[in-house]
Amino acid sequence: MLKHFIGLQWKSFFRSASFKTEIWFKILMALGALYFIVVFLGMGVGAFFIIEDMEIGDPLRVVNQFMVYYLAFDLVFRYMLQKMPVTNIKPLLYLPISKTKVVNFSLGKTVISFFNIAHAFFFVPFSIVLLTQGYPPLQVIGWHLALMALFYCNNFINVMVNNQNVVFYVFAALFIVAGASQYYQWFDITLHTQPIFDFFYDMPWTAIVPWALLVGLYYGAFAYFKKHMYLDGGLAKKQTEAKTENLEWLDRFGNLGTFLKNDIKLIKRNKRSRSAVIAGAFFIFYGLLFFTGALEVYDGPFWKIFAGIFVTGGFLFSFGQYVPSWDSSYYPLMMSQNIKYREYLSSKWYLVIIATIISTILATFYIYFGWEAYAAVLVGAIYNIGINSYLVLWGGAYVKTPIDLTSNKKAFGDKQAFNAKTLLLTLPKLVLPIGIYAIGHFLISPMAGYIFVAVFGILGFAFKNKVFTMIEGIYKKEKYKTLQAYKQK
Amino acid sequence: MITVHNLTKTYGENTVLNIDNLEIPKGQSFGLVGNNGAGKTTLFSLLLDLIQPSSGHIINKDVQVDQSEDWKPFTSAFIDETFLIGYLTPEEYFYFIGELRDRNKADVDALLSNFDDFFHGEILGQKKYLRDLSKGNQKKVGIVASFIGNPEVVVLDEPFANLDPTTQIRLKGIIKDLAAKEGVTVLVSSHDLIHVTEVCERIVVLNKGEIVKDIHTSAETMKELEAFFAG
Repeated sequence: MLKHFIGLQWKSFFRSASFKTEIWFKILMALGALYFIVVFLGMGVGAFFIIEDMEIGDPLRVVNQFMVYYLAFDLVFRYMLQKMPVTNIKPLLYLPISKTKVVNFSLGKTVISFFNIAHAFFFVPFSIVLLTQGYPPLQVIGWHLALMALFYCNNFINVMVNNQNVVFYVFAALFIVAGASQYYQWFDITLHTQPIFDFFYDMPWTAIVPWALLVGLYYGAFAYFKKHMYLDGGLAKKQTEAKTENLEWLDRFGNLGTFLKNDIKLIKRNKRSRSAVIAGAFFIFYGLLFFTGALEVYDGPFWKIFAGIFVTGGFLFSFGQYVPSWDSSYYPLMMSQNIKYREYLSSKWYLVIIATIISTILATFYIYFGWEAYAAVLVGAIYNIGINSYLVLWGGAYVKTPIDLTSNKKAFGDKQAFNAKTLLLTLPKLVLPIGIYAIGHFLISPMAGYIFVAVFGILGFAFKNKVFTMIEGIYKKEKYKTLQAYKQK
Repeated sequence: MITVHNLTKTYGENTVLNIDNLEIPKGQSFGLVGNNGAGKTTLFSLLLDLIQPSSGHIINKDVQVDQSEDWKPFTSAFIDETFLIGYLTPEEYFYFIGELRDRNKADVDALLSNFDDFFHGEILGQKKYLRDLSKGNQKKVGIVASFIGNPEVVVLDEPFANLDPTTQIRLKGIIKDLAAKEGVTVLVSSHDLIHVTEVCERIVVLNKGEIVKDIHTSAETMKELEAFFAG
């Protein structure tokens, strides 16, 4: 039986449409994975010595102190990204396989998930370093096993609370409050949780406790799943009560308003687009890293332009980048309805522009860091409006991966962002403005650098019609390929 | 209204559609039948410029569909669920289509009121998004949406599949009326020979991409079709 299950899994992985990508992309992906493995390994090995150098105490105790955040962050991360094992259960339900086996397999599958394995890249080398540094083996192993169990506990907690948004938001809020109160030194949660993790080290036999907890959680998840394994129970799609919205105030924009209304509903009502927009909103604060001097590497003059582009371009990068894939599930409708390509593209363009302007207004607080900081934000906005807004639409013509609006998986790091052509198009989005600024900065003055970038943006804006005609042509040329690609889900 | 000239569609070695000549006059209710893979949906997709012909072309009221977009204002279609926007309620979807076709809310409401029977109280005011409706109800929404804005050509792929018997009967009435009273050219494909013979004045049989029969519907049509498909 297990053989069949694994066979199915194998096929579903290697035959999935998204797996059949160009060879160079696979190489890139492998290199990316390798990079992260090396980084994690490096961190695992290096963490001990770095903490030792900082002289803030015994490295193991320091790690223990912050472990509660690590675990909490892990849980939040899983909740947002880890796929639930219920998918693909449906076709197995009526086959002569006992439910127990199906559930065990589905839960067992989550054990080898990337979300569990990833931690090993940090903890295994860290523990090995501890051993080489003369920490008593038995105690280190006890500690290591206990933490391993805790990460697996997270795994099953996530399985059980999945889709319980209330639980999630309460938890995330607590996590943020704890972090904030620690930062402002009101209340330090780590002082109260550190002893727990120290315990696993000081008395290694206590590692049994998290393992017992893990076994309990597994059975909890098992019972929960088995009980809900009905089409109208746990396997049912969540339905939200729909409300008809008119958004009539947008009618004054004519045809454009029609599309804008639709796009607003698209963003509001779908998980995937909502997360993209929320992610985009966070970019507004990205500039803090640059302008507060928090990170030394970002102190170079042109990093300010880089920051300006990101601060105002969050929506542009997170949402605009995936036009027209947002409409992939009904692209044939859009292509056969009474819609001119130009109107369709214009509406997306306006959406990006409006969002950029809103971000620019929200980012006014950067004035606090001096006029230069806000000038960078303004110039970034002008460049985003004048140049980058076209580039994302242009790149979109080559993005051919359908988006499943209702699911959050692949929301981050989707391969479609790394299409060869879109990758080339990111160069002018980021590198070009930095280059232009650098020319002005070094030849004349920082002010001239800003003016140069702004002039470029305004020039781009002036040529809107010409650029749109060109982009429209590309979309038309790619139309059939795009339709074909969107069919393959 | 619609003229097909030397149209072929090939995928690699495989020719899936090959029609030398086909004329569909204005106001005709035109039925397309054929087994799976006969090329019905391919023909409709070509008509809507969703795929490119390998050779030849289709002219829809003086507009060559793969050259100009001017056929869009007077043509509407429902092929499959990719013509629905899942995150809209049925009302929002109807108004959206209405706005694209220059119909205001009142116009759309007036049209929808004719379909109360057809909807059977399961579509409007249900507080559900289209993605959460059953397959049959989704189909009803898509079919009715294709009537919005007085189109001159309506293309419906397998409109009877997934519908309950009552709705099938009502739909037959609607399609007949469209062609007979309003002069709309209706193109319908189906696997169900009875439905097509009842609804369409003309039936074309596709087999492996080629037209093998072109019948003006009469009392003998059903027999003729059955004889053909029984092989």
